[in-house]
Amino acid sequence: MSEAPSGPRIGVDEWVASAEERRQKTLSARAERAFERVPPAAKLALLAIPFALYPFLVEDPYLMQVGINTLIFVLLALGLNVAVGWVGLLDLGYVAFFGLGAYLYAAVASDYAGRHWDGALAIPAIAVTVAVAGFLLGLPSRRLVGDYLAIVTLFFLQLFLVILINSTFTRGPNGISDIRPLTLLGREITSLDGYYWTALVALVTVVVVLYLVNQSRTGRAWRALREDELAAELMTMPVNRLKLMAFAFGASIAGVAGAIYAPAQGAIFPASFDLILLITVYAMLVLGGAGSLLGATVGAVIISASLEALRDPEDASWLVYIAVVLVLLVLIKPWWRGLAVLGATAALGLLVHEAAERWWPSLVEGTTFGQARIDRLVDGWVLMPADFVTEEGLPAGAAARITYLLFVASVLALTLIRSSLWRTVAFVPVLYLAAVVWQNLMLPQPAVARFILMGALLVALMAYRPQGLFGKARVEIV
Amino acid sequence: MSANGQPAPLLRLEGINTYYGQMHILQDVNLEVREGELVCLLGGNASGKSTTLKTILGIVEPRTGAVILDGRDVTRDSTAKRIERGLAIVPENRRLFGPMTVLENLELGAYLRPRADLQEDLERVYSIFPLLYERRKQLAGTLSGGEQQMVAMGRALMARPKLLLMDEPSMGLAPVLVERSFEVIQEVHRAGVAMLVVEQNANVSLSIADRGYVLSTGRVVLEGKASELLTHDELRKAYLGR
Ligand SMILES: Nc1ncnc2c1ncn2[C@@H]1O[C@H](COP(=O)(O)OP(=O)(O)OP(=O)(O)O)[C@@H](O)[C@H]1O
Ligand SMILES: [Mg+2]
Repeated sequence: MSEAPSGPRIGVDEWVASAEERRQKTLSARAERAFERVPPAAKLALLAIPFALYPFLVEDPYLMQVGINTLIFVLLALGLNVAVGWVGLLDLGYVAFFGLGAYLYAAVASDYAGRHWDGALAIPAIAVTVAVAGFLLGLPSRRLVGDYLAIVTLFFLQLFLVILINSTFTRGPNGISDIRPLTLLGREITSLDGYYWTALVALVTVVVVLYLVNQSRTGRAWRALREDELAAELMTMPVNRLKLMAFAFGASIAGVAGAIYAPAQGAIFPASFDLILLITVYAMLVLGGAGSLLGATVGAVIISASLEALRDPEDASWLVYIAVVLVLLVLIKPWWRGLAVLGATAALGLLVHEAAERWWPSLVEGTTFGQARIDRLVDGWVLMPADFVTEEGLPAGAAARITYLLFVASVLALTLIRSSLWRTVAFVPVLYLAAVVWQNLMLPQPAVARFILMGALLVALMAYRPQGLFGKARVEIV
Repeated sequence: MSANGQPAPLLRLEGINTYYGQMHILQDVNLEVREGELVCLLGGNASGKSTTLKTILGIVEPRTGAVILDGRDVTRDSTAKRIERGLAIVPENRRLFGPMTVLENLELGAYLRPRADLQEDLERVYSIFPLLYERRKQLAGTLSGGEQQMVAMGRALMARPKLLLMDEPSMGLAPVLVERSFEVIQEVHRAGVAMLVVEQNANVSLSIADRGYVLSTGRVVLEGKASELLTHDELRKAYLGR
């Protein structure tokens, strides 16, 4: 829509005449403009390549399973992006649509239901049904905004879960476990690879559709609605209809994700669609930058992969230490100051460890739960008190709990320091304390530590880049 | 055309009383804009000019009185319904879609019309505001205040309104652009669009208007031909303060 109009006298005022001269000629500015000119299809292909290579690079079935889950997560984040990122509707009921999609699949293809629909029929049918459900949820909610909408939709999610858990029809908390594999046009998918490719095809389709919708009149109207609902209405946009469309559209993507998830897992439980999942998907969107397709995708991959890696004692410590070093080097400016903080932290650790060995040997007599090389490496650096944690890795006494609290308090205190120099200095003991807490208390409890770390990551990101990795900063009209 | 040969009124406010909570703002306001007419609405700060426009749009509902649009009583209709009947507005604080480009803002102004017509309207807007063509890919929120005002006017014109409401279109513009904005208003007027323009600048706006109304603390204290108002003593006293 941007062809040059033939009629108007272009360039009649000063600004217009000098615009070309004012344009930055630096390399990065040129590169940015060149990147803008890359056709979207090429960008999509570029993005799809790593996903397409993944099954060829990994053999481990566990990693294939992780890959499938990651694709499902990306689908969920993209669907959530419609209502939350584009239209700005804080929909906290979203994962109910994922659950609905999964349970609907169980209803049309399981031994329990005694049916086995072909995926070519089941998936579109589920997409439509869940879209209708999204529409219905939207009906009572369309006049609500912000906090009110959030509470009402959260209520609907809870209602959905309560029904799942208490209904004998859905077999309550035990879930449905004899789900039939996905069949596509008569061919049954039994391998993990098969599910991976199915999910990837669904993902690419969804991305293309979302891209086109975003470019369309409707997509533009959605974004306008997010900015200023009254102005949108004054521009003749049918505000209510647009909101309902967004609800339905996002819901249907979640429904499709559920319809692939159910047969890929073979069993589904109400607990798979609870608040934890909702928070995780929101975290993905927030991390990547709400409103951006690339952001939702990257955010979902980062969080899904990190949560998985943190589960594994072989990888967890690597991930944490590398992330901390990277974040420090990026956040602290100038960069050599970040380097100095790292050096000082290392020195502090060696000093403390040396002193403890000499005067309080019990402080270094514990053993770590970590199994990575780096865990053995930091053994001579981090304090590891004996009997700090129980066999199961729970804090064993008051000392351990106090250390935990001290760590949390010191992080909070860090945010209160105004002077950038003193804050940099304060980083050193806090980082060391963090390492002590990680090695002794978090590592043995990955299930808890995962979410604490995810929260920490988001807080750090929001402080420095509130719009997320790929989100556009809001432009306020003042 | 009505019986007496006058153009039919496009908009008529009949005995409007508008309240904000307990505050009685508009008091018995009667006002008319006929087809193709340029009417200006004058008044000091807080005299109820913006409130009048909001009442016309249905953003606030009058407690008594009627808003008649194109011969139909729309007093209880939604804003959207009224807009569909050919209203468009340049709001006082512009209310552009900040993170969207100038072009997107303009296109959104014509949301309900088929795309095929868009190009023609875009060209018309660009020929009035050439700068907008140059800036069509810039985010509206990053424009200067004056540039934003042009987008707001362009966006309203994109809707091809029958009646265009403008709330202080010259606000925040440099003197040259103030003149330019009045030229634009005249141009649009000549194209046959009826307009109700809220302005602080009484002299300039009366010089281009057909008729004018003067509001003071929510009442219409003066109305008449623009040329007569210009020389009216009471207007000078009440409004221009000299
Ligand atoms: N939402 C509201 N609630 C309460 N009072 C309001 C509200 N909006 C406007 N008012 C009051 O109504 C009166 C008229 O306001 P209005 O915006 O119509 O003035 P105006 O003539 O447009 O003034 P200006 O030239 O300064 O824009 C003012 O006293 C204002 O404080
Ligand atoms: Mg006003």
